[in-house]
Amino acid sequence: MERNVAYVALFAALIAVLGLVPQITLMSGVPITAQSLGVMLCGAVLGARKGALAVLLFLVLVFLGLPLLSGGRGGIGVLAGPTAGFVVGFPVAAFVTGLVVEKWRAPVTWSALAGSILGGIVVLYGFGVVGMAWKLGKTLPEAALLLTPFLAGDLIKAVAAALVTRGLEQVRPWMVLSRA
Amino acid sequence: MLTLTSPVETRLHRLPAGLKLGALALAAVALAPLEGLPALGAALAGTLALYAAQGLEFARHGLRMLRPLWPFLLILALWHGWTGEIERGAGIGVKLLIAVALANLVTMTTRLDAMIAVLERLARPLRRLGLEPHLLAVSIALVIRFTPVLLARAERLIEAWRARSARRPTWRIVVPLALGALDDAEQVAEALRARGGL
Repeated sequence: MERNVAYVALFAALIAVLGLVPQITLMSGVPITAQSLGVMLCGAVLGARKGALAVLLFLVLVFLGLPLLSGGRGGIGVLAGPTAGFVVGFPVAAFVTGLVVEKWRAPVTWSALAGSILGGIVVLYGFGVVGMAWKLGKTLPEAALLLTPFLAGDLIKAVAAALVTRGLEQVRPWMVLSRA
Repeated sequence: MLTLTSPVETRLHRLPAGLKLGALALAAVALAPLEGLPALGAALAGTLALYAAQGLEFARHGLRMLRPLWPFLLILALWHGWTGEIERGAGIGVKLLIAVALANLVTMTTRLDAMIAVLERLARPLRRLGLEPHLLAVSIALVIRFTPVLLARAERLIEAWRARSARRPTWRIVVPLALGALDDAEQVAEALRARGGL
């Protein structure tokens, strides 16, 4: 029990830090926040249940008023904003990512990549598009169109999540709870 | 770690957190069906008055909290400028501003401990699902404690990267960062067990 609580809490902190450190460039010259990378990693490393719990814990702190969402945002206002769909989708994205890594026993790089794309992009964008369509008064295809510029960055994040998960599995295989 | 609570003490700070959250929920329900610029304009004026009544410094702080919305307002302006439905676009933008501003008002005038108290009350029924309130409290405390620790470590890793390379840090820096978080988690788990467990 202590171990589960500690892992969930530390990964919630990791999501926060990945959103606060702006200097990481995922590809030459394009600085994007790596917060959704943190969400993918939670699922890929901790597995479906604990990964989703870590993301939920992170969101609890955001709603309580800590400025941990990328760009220093926080408070319940994020649920009223146009990106509310993404926020709601975060835990589901981690859950789906973790589920793929747990169930598909391919080498962890591949299952983490598949999980991150399915959870962190397909599922997350699904929630994000619905939220944005609702808040900005657009149809679903129109909202999807507004989000396409971010797709390339998120694909790179999915690859990064897979490579980081493999790196962790190489040095601390017993700590990658989704496979342990 | 800094919270988003405004350091400017206002009358709203003294209201119970549960009351403010309830009022916010009601306001959100009332706002949803509002249509037309006169009604939305009146709602916007009311929101602005609510901020202004707390003093100029507080209102300026509130304005800064709305800054993340500007890209979306710009998209709305371009979109509806293009299609010619300016009034509809303005209505959507104003509604968005009011909804976020009202929610921010609650965040800005409620201290973290008061929010946590509300959360604990709301989480009590979850006990039957296996979520013990003290587990939630410990987890929240751990995240608040370890976020600055991990952030400082991330900054050191970035400095070390810069000392070695002229290129900007890439995703590779996330491996040692996540590794550190995992190692911390093992130590925290051991420390919790050594103190009698959860």
